Amino acid sequence: MAEHHTKIPWHRNPKVRSIFFQVALLAATVWVAATILGNTVENLEERGIRTGLGFMGGAAPFNVGFSPFIEYKLGESTYTDVFIIGVLNTMLVSVLGIVAATVLGFFIGVLRLSPNWLMAKIASAYIEIFRNVPLLLQIMFWNFAVFLPILPAPRQSWGLGATAFLNNRGLYLPSPIVESAAGVWLMVAAIAATIVGIIILRRWAHRRQNRTGQPFPVLRVALAAVVVVPVLAYFAGGQPFTLDFPFLDTFNFEGGMRIPTPLFALWFALTTYTASFIAEAVRGGILSVSHGQTEAAYALGLNRKRTLDLVIIPQAMRVIIPPTISQYLNLTKNSSLAVAIAYEELVNLWAGIALNQTGQALIIIAMTIAVYETLSLGTSAFLNWYNARRQLVER
Amino acid sequence: MTTLRADAVNQAPNQDPRSLIIEMKQVNKWFGEFHALKDIDLSVEPGERIVICGPSGSGKSTMIRCINRLEEHQKGDIIVDGIELTADVKHIDNVRREVGMVFQHFNLFPHLTVMENCTLALIWVRRMPKKDAEEAAMKYLERVKIPEQAQKYPGQLSGGQQQRVAIARSLCMNPKVMLFDEPTSALDPEMIKEVLDVMIELAEEGMTMLCVTHEMGFAKTVANRVMFMDGGEIVEQNKPDEFFTNPQYDRTKLFLSQILQH
Repeated sequence: MAEHHTKIPWHRNPKVRSIFFQVALLAATVWVAATILGNTVENLEERGIRTGLGFMGGAAPFNVGFSPFIEYKLGESTYTDVFIIGVLNTMLVSVLGIVAATVLGFFIGVLRLSPNWLMAKIASAYIEIFRNVPLLLQIMFWNFAVFLPILPAPRQSWGLGATAFLNNRGLYLPSPIVESAAGVWLMVAAIAATIVGIIILRRWAHRRQNRTGQPFPVLRVALAAVVVVPVLAYFAGGQPFTLDFPFLDTFNFEGGMRIPTPLFALWFALTTYTASFIAEAVRGGILSVSHGQTEAAYALGLNRKRTLDLVIIPQAMRVIIPPTISQYLNLTKNSSLAVAIAYEELVNLWAGIALNQTGQALIIIAMTIAVYETLSLGTSAFLNWYNARRQLVER
Repeated sequence: MTTLRADAVNQAPNQDPRSLIIEMKQVNKWFGEFHALKDIDLSVEPGERIVICGPSGSGKSTMIRCINRLEEHQKGDIIVDGIELTADVKHIDNVRREVGMVFQHFNLFPHLTVMENCTLALIWVRRMPKKDAEEAAMKYLERVKIPEQAQKYPGQLSGGQQQRVAIARSLCMNPKVMLFDEPTSALDPEMIKEVLDVMIELAEEGMTMLCVTHEMGFAKTVANRVMFMDGGEIVEQNKPDEFFTNPQYDRTKLFLSQILQH
């Protein structure tokens, strides 16, 4: 039908134009990148700065105070260890922050919609206060103005019996000591089996309801199993680990494990700050489901809980999850503000201390960027997949 | 006063209250300062088809929404199928199982297919096996003449089709009473007929219906009682031919002249 009887000159043909400009842009980009790279390498060589990953195998000449996952020995541990510790510590505070911010954010978000005037106002005030103060200021406030001054010196620690102690150096908890590796593996296997079991139970409950119409309280049974199975496995495995309790030596605590105060302060600040944004996402999500949906469900005889579970939450989640996941990303990136209070996460430990010691700015900054980039792109990929799956079908 | 007026004109059934499916006695409702329902008395026998009309803000929707307690009345008694509506959650759930409702804006669940919309309450309220629920749903989707749309999502259907799904969804619960709250007001003219046809069929099968609508043609063919509300009161109710040819009150006459003139 669209046969062209007049010939279009090439410079007025949109297809040709589009290809021309894309090729031109690509060529320009490649040229700029090549120039920058060439200049950099040339300049580094001129000044005798070595590039490459050679330094990673050398022992790091500084101490790392907080490394809960791998053991750090001054003089033996390498820069590779420092890097891994930095990544793990970033992930630790991020995961702790994400879990707590999600719980707190949902709670505040729902509270803000409460018909109770006082509750709703408290939630609004919370959101406005935490959302509008710079995060760095909040981190410093919690660390320097709250936790450090109010927590006592080690000798006056607040103790919970003889098991846990809190002072201005941090929280001291009992740490597990493995007595029998086989027993620990038995416990791990038991917990894995519980998770698989719960998945099978869910499928079975779903099939049974389809067949007989009778629902099964999966959640309650699953919660009970999660509590009971590890305890049983602990005793069945012959108590494979014992606890090492912290105790007060002359000046400080020995034994057990320490959660340092800056981790607390950082966790607390990231949680309260991010929760205020998540709360707004939750409120928006719930408000986005029209009241007519609730009325229709009620009119069909569904009760409050079923209406929430089957009608409101599935629709609200579509709106809540995307902004919430980008808040998770923000939280992970914001954890680098720990530089200000000396929590040993990636930017502080790697892009700070390790960079100063080695002078390998280019490679260290590149590696740090790569870590955040990997975490972010992985999350975005998941988000895109989720969005595609949950899109409402229309025409 | 309202009672007198209503009784004066109409044949309000004066019989054993136990055979009534809906009974409202001196029902009052306020939205804040606004007095939305004033001393409403209403008795509905099984099988009655009542059309309720009146200007907007007259309390028509509020009245039928009180019957399945989407609105809470503050004074008076409402008894549905022998169950008194109080704050008791059990009573409310029991009433809602017997009373179906169709809304102006359909209120289908957009995240569920047409079939899932219909089976949701059968599965979770009536505890029906999925296969039986789907069979029941299919029966009603055939009755509203859209069985072929069962696997589509509401967003893929036209307004008229969505409203027919909404009717089928309510019918699945096998209600004793159907409430219609302006079911055709949000529809394009060419879709109104397909919805009204379904409703007429339903009426012919003997369903008890309360219908807020301005479709006066529907009222004439289907209703056994037409009711005019204004300012939160039932001003007048009568058999359709009497109601349209011989309205008793000026407010009714004015309203009828406004909606019938075009």
